[in-house]
Amino acid sequence: MSDLMPPAMAPSGTILAFKREASCLEIEGLCLAYGDKTALRDVTLRVPRHRVTAFIGPSGCGKSTLLRALNRLHDLNEDVVRQGRIRLEGSDIHGPEMDVAQLRRRVGMVFQAPNPFPMSIYDNVAFGLRLQGGLRKRQLDDAVEEALTAAALWEEVKDRLRASAWTLSGGQQQRLVIARTLAVGPEVLLLDEPASALDPISTLKIEELIRNLKASLTLVLVTHNMQQAARVSDYTAFLQQGELVEYGPTDSLFTNPRLARTENYITGRMA
Amino acid sequence: MDITSESHSQHISRQFNHELEELKTHLMAMGGLVEKQVQDAVGALLESDSHLAERVVENDRAVNDMQIKIDEECTQVLARRQPTASDLRLVLAVIRAASDLERIGDEASKIARNAIELISADTGHRGFVEVRMISEHVRRMVRDALTSFARLDTELALKLVHEDDEVDSEYGSAMRSLMTFMMEDARSISSVLSVMWILRALERIGDHANNLAEYVVYLVKGLDIRHTDPDDLDEQSIVTRKR
Repeated sequence: MSDLMPPAMAPSGTILAFKREASCLEIEGLCLAYGDKTALRDVTLRVPRHRVTAFIGPSGCGKSTLLRALNRLHDLNEDVVRQGRIRLEGSDIHGPEMDVAQLRRRVGMVFQAPNPFPMSIYDNVAFGLRLQGGLRKRQLDDAVEEALTAAALWEEVKDRLRASAWTLSGGQQQRLVIARTLAVGPEVLLLDEPASALDPISTLKIEELIRNLKASLTLVLVTHNMQQAARVSDYTAFLQQGELVEYGPTDSLFTNPRLARTENYITGRMA
Repeated sequence: MDITSESHSQHISRQFNHELEELKTHLMAMGGLVEKQVQDAVGALLESDSHLAERVVENDRAVNDMQIKIDEECTQVLARRQPTASDLRLVLAVIRAASDLERIGDEASKIARNAIELISADTGHRGFVEVRMISEHVRRMVRDALTSFARLDTELALKLVHEDDEVDSEYGSAMRSLMTFMMEDARSISSVLSVMWILRALERIGDHANNLAEYVVYLVKGLDIRHTDPDDLDEQSIVTRKR
């Protein structure tokens, strides 16, 4: 990919500086523990704007913990101890001026199992917008259509917007959840195993959607499916036991990783 | 990351280990056959053994069959395993190497066909000294290329990349002396042309051996050194082992 920079390598094996790509999120020295159990150790990485960055690694490596840290989902857990800094477009997300509700509007999240609310398709997408308030019926209609179109669902549901969200297939429900997140105009979309409960065709639709969304958003994807990371991401970070082992352009990480730990994981070798 | 000869036998899936081992084994078997074809083709000429030359022409079919088999096995690994990193590079290197070996087989067959003509015309041994010399050189290159592939030896591979220039210059000087023969004796033109075709085939075999060496560097290091001037290569980084 000619538009991607040659990354500067840090001695630790991680890539610290993106020369030509502007960062959207900057994670610096992030350590996180659940009580006395360490989940992330000194993670430093930058997520480039308008790119798809994938976090891969074995179960328990900390990839979901890292993803959730990006919109402060750990705030709900009192046992969590955190050190280090995360900046969104230069602002510390734990800073006193950062409003959590506002942060989560700017950094939306989609989980593994589709979780539409028990209401109509329309009301699901309009939910966040209604909470924000200030929109007339016509404006709300337009915003719902726009979000459903962006989530590649509009054509499939435009004639049954008042039907329950539960009448949709799993793949459609997941795209509905993405539409609901997109409706409030996030800058970043976090996706935690968004296709692992879906069939192959629905998975491809989600992947196609991820690809299209990066024109307007920055995406961060956690996946167990390495082929999926290879297919959709521009950058891949490999985590193991809470450490960032290797981070680089997906093009080279899957053809010629620099470290034996990465090679062993992505090729299915015994460590 | 660099790989070693054991790298492809450490997968959690033993079946995958087996499939990759089979690819390497079959490529080496094909290499062995091709090496023998070159040896026999040149031997047939130098010993005036037209039966041997005919056998080389017939055996080319076996070389082609081996390429098809290896390609099919590689296709299966790609489709079923979606290999990554050094596994992917191994499959790609094997596909490319099998293609070059098949071309070496074609060149051996060309040498044998020209040998048959020369033996039946029985017009002397002009240029045979050059054929012997260059053939020994390129046969050694093919053997070393296969050895470097089997051992994943980038140092040996790099040596070959440099050696190809020597073959090219030996070929150039042999061609010049054969041109002199043709100018001196017009009756020799037909037989000297056949010898020139043989030398040309040997020179091409050297090029294919060079390609094989380049695939070894790609396989081990992930570096694509094709179309790079050998003098511009960063040999230190190719030979030294990374983390």
